[in-house]
Amino acid sequence: MSVVQMENIHKSFGKVVALQGVNFKVGSNEVVGLIGDNGAGKSTLIKILSGVYPPSKGKIYIKGKKINLEGYSVREAHKLGIETVFQEQALGVKQTIWRNLFLGRELTNSLGLIRLDKVKRETDKMMKELLGFTGGGVLPESTVRTLSGGERQGIAIGRAMYFKADLVILDEPTRALSIKEVNKVLNFIRKLKERGKSCVYISHTIANVYFVSDRFVILDRGQVVGRYKRKEISESDLNEVLIQIHHVPKPAD
Amino acid sequence: MNFTKLNLGKYRMQLGLIAIFALILISFMVTSPRVFLRPTIYLAFLSTIPFVGIMGLGLTLVLISGEIDMSFPSVMAFSGYVCATVYSATGSIVLGALGGLASGAGIGALNGTLIRRVGIPSIVVTLGMMFLIRGCINVLSGGLGKSFTAIIGHPLHSAMVGKIGGFIPAQSLWFVALTVILWLILFRHKFGNYVLFVGDNEGAARMMGINVDRTKTMVFILMGVLAALAGLIDSFRMLKWWPTMGEGYMLTTFATVFVGGTSMFGGEGSILGTFIGAFLIGSLEAGIVAAGLSGFWTQVIYGLLILIAVTIHTLLRRGGE
Repeated sequence: MSVVQMENIHKSFGKVVALQGVNFKVGSNEVVGLIGDNGAGKSTLIKILSGVYPPSKGKIYIKGKKINLEGYSVREAHKLGIETVFQEQALGVKQTIWRNLFLGRELTNSLGLIRLDKVKRETDKMMKELLGFTGGGVLPESTVRTLSGGERQGIAIGRAMYFKADLVILDEPTRALSIKEVNKVLNFIRKLKERGKSCVYISHTIANVYFVSDRFVILDRGQVVGRYKRKEISESDLNEVLIQIHHVPKPAD
Repeated sequence: MNFTKLNLGKYRMQLGLIAIFALILISFMVTSPRVFLRPTIYLAFLSTIPFVGIMGLGLTLVLISGEIDMSFPSVMAFSGYVCATVYSATGSIVLGALGGLASGAGIGALNGTLIRRVGIPSIVVTLGMMFLIRGCINVLSGGLGKSFTAIIGHPLHSAMVGKIGGFIPAQSLWFVALTVILWLILFRHKFGNYVLFVGDNEGAARMMGINVDRTKTMVFILMGVLAALAGLIDSFRMLKWWPTMGEGYMLTTFATVFVGGTSMFGGEGSILGTFIGAFLIGSLEAGIVAAGLSGFWTQVIYGLLILIAVTIHTLLRRGGE
């Protein structure tokens, strides 16, 4: 059974058509690489799946159950086990790590007051056990603006891991990261796979994404233009496919 | 970095403010010992500072949420007017006070709706609201004040502006209590967490499922209620309401918040800083006049204090990065 199935998804922003009739599926314990050039519609597709905004048209099934798109939201997606690490990282940089980790899912007592001790302890655990932050002066109390780009990405990923998602969506997670930090992200995706989870890895290049994905879906100008299993295609052939797509002249408006 | 260093660092701004306040008080004690070495002046501060301070607390939350409010001086006056009108119609000061608070909440909700649902910047909406409400007050009241002398002895009057133990103004305890409550809401309650994030990074808050419009509208409602409360306190204290009430409090309230270390950029600020800032700003004028300087000097010193404080806050923040 697929974890997620999106059927005939359309999305327009005013006159701009971002997606036109996309079908997209993620199987159980599968890592799908969602590839396409800048502006192909990758981020729009996953923002719809994450509940950030609704599609103009289309259907979404999560674990076989049809989603009522009227009431679908980020909170609803979280409840259904879908966590997203956005390209923008979705962090408040002036806030502490613990505030960022629990944003929208605060651990509170009956008065709605945050249980500070527990929150900080859990954040510390998340940082050490899931991300391997040991020493280096980074504490649950540290504000995000004191962290490096890689560390920030780590917090965003750690947040997705902490809440035990069935499907983790990563939007360009390795952009602007050093090689060492890229490896950490790739290891994280492998770890997810080992734990039986599913993952969507979004990228505009083949590098990195090829080695961790089971399957590739290529988007171009709001449409799916290719689907490949990794065992069927080599990295260089996949690269060639992308280059071919990008050389097709865009139709005149 | 360790926890001790971090905690000290966390409060260094507030500690610095207390030090500045202490320095200013000491200099006043030196220049005007007859005034500043007696308790009378401090009791007067406890009577006059709270209503600017209470509005400052609300404004702190508004600025942290990444917005601004210019309408609160008019809301303050409107609340007093509504209270006086309901009181003379029903004979109940409790209903009058509730009416005043509700009018503040209503204007706050209207501000929030125009800003978030229609999409007009908060500075424009609240500036328009400031003129509109003040204009309505003048039209409705015909420019005439209203008396509250009949409420002397009513429990509500004693509870809001009476003298605790015969000398401590009750409104100062309201100010302290509201400071504690708003600190808890902002830094310990999940609603405060939303306020911090919508001011810090609205997009991130939305992506994590926070209802940005509702959070900001709630902050404007809170600001409206606090301004309304300040209006009631001032009316009850003076035993009269007058149509120009609140005019002149706009800049001192902003000064209080900025000196207290709250940023215009949203996402960070200090409730405790505003509390101390209110006393700093509120005691300056009396001190300057008592020292024998002309009242004109007040503005020079306000200006200097604001610029110095904000420069220090900005440098401290940059140092923390």
